[in-house]
Amino acid sequence: MDTSQTYTLLLTVSFALAAGLVGCFALMKRMLLASDVLSHLALPGLGLAFLFKLNPLAGGAATLLLGTLLVWQLQKKTGLAADASIGVVFAVALALGAALTPSEDLVEALFGTFPKLSLFGFLVGLAAVAAVILAILAFKNRLTLAVFSPELAAATGLNVNRLELYYLLVFSVTIIIGLRFMGALLSSALIIMPAATARQVTNGLSRFIVVSMAVSSVSVLAGSLINAFVVRSSTAAPAIVVVSALCFGLSLLKKAG
Amino acid sequence: MSTPFLSVRNLRIAFGTRVVIRDLSFEVASGDCLSVIGPNGAGKTVLLRAMLHLIPYEGEIHWSADARLGYVPQRVAAEKNQPLSVRDLLAAKAAVLKLPQGELAGVFREIGLAAELFDSGLAALSGGQLQKVLVAFALLGQPNVLLFDEPTASLDELSEERIYELIHSLKQEKGITVILVSHDLSVVYRYADQVLCLSKGRVCMGPPREILTPEMLEQLYAAPPKYYRHSETHRES
Repeated sequence: MDTSQTYTLLLTVSFALAAGLVGCFALMKRMLLASDVLSHLALPGLGLAFLFKLNPLAGGAATLLLGTLLVWQLQKKTGLAADASIGVVFAVALALGAALTPSEDLVEALFGTFPKLSLFGFLVGLAAVAAVILAILAFKNRLTLAVFSPELAAATGLNVNRLELYYLLVFSVTIIIGLRFMGALLSSALIIMPAATARQVTNGLSRFIVVSMAVSSVSVLAGSLINAFVVRSSTAAPAIVVVSALCFGLSLLKKAG
Repeated sequence: MSTPFLSVRNLRIAFGTRVVIRDLSFEVASGDCLSVIGPNGAGKTVLLRAMLHLIPYEGEIHWSADARLGYVPQRVAAEKNQPLSVRDLLAAKAAVLKLPQGELAGVFREIGLAAELFDSGLAALSGGQLQKVLVAFALLGQPNVLLFDEPTASLDELSEERIYELIHSLKQEKGITVILVSHDLSVVYRYADQVLCLSKGRVCMGPPREILTPEMLEQLYAAPPKYYRHSETHRES
């Protein structure tokens, strides 16, 4: 494994920590599936970037953030539930993305790749991961009140609407960090599956968060190694998702027993 | 005359074209228990939410400068899916309000819940236990006024009795002002100092023995005849 691959592996593992943490609150907010769909909002941007030979990350980030703001506005202005507004925006995004992305790049856009990272890219990625983790930890108590009861949170003096926006933004940044490794279709898998696994085996908030982050990073580490030495695909995302699915399967056993 | 603890002047609350509360004025003295009664849809919950500044309104709702509000909602759907313990919930509010963590154990003792429930999941609590946890939640930050929205709506009689005893003792021992929306008129009669009745277009206020008379109640809760017709057609079909 050369230096740039080591950077990529380290960044993927730290991304996994952020994804596991963000996923805990996505599960509590009942927006896990919505989060899956949200990541697809990056697809039109990836397509445009591939089409015009721009940085795919910048393109994906642009449409993802734009789509997130659109979803938030739709929710606020129309009173639609999160799943309804995300569903509408998602269908448009996927169609646009499929139409725009050159067919030879479509697989990479959808399922990710194992990019060679420069030291600079690595450090920027790490800074983004640190920002996500610090933001969620800073908002942890406010988010807890808001998921328990938005009304009580508001009565405690919180601006629940703004909190929702902050969370969606942090969420989007998490997906953007994972976009290159995991692709538009699978970058949300690490937000969904570790949190679902952790929920099976824990009842209190702190343990829930710790287990989710642990499952997420173990999945990435094991999946990446399996891919590097066994599967040898251009992307480690499928192997990573399969490992996290195994963890989920094990958690079901524990719950049953 | 001392200034009132809460003064509401010319309050008007509307959602779109539907006016729920119009031209409502009343005052509450510090340490009093005001009970709000009225049929469903009369705007009792809306009034509470306006007092908490959770919804927009016209007119004036003025709390005394030292008022610290605590709110106990009708019920909170404690989802089975939330991995939150009682401690998680109370600690989150304590952290948001920057209260010393020692206050957690204090409010827990105050509401008379067993200490071992502190670390149990919210989903595992009974209805009565959850409602007490909500009272504990409201008590964090040492409020001097508590607003209750039908705090016993989903409880059996015994749990209901305990919640009202708790409310009463908080009022007696700590001098907390209480604003209580309740359907239970015997409770209102026992505990309220003032009763505010809301009904479509009509408002009355006074001490329980003046308001809770058969004539007043009939006017307040009298159901229009069309409801009866509806149930008859329902039975025939």
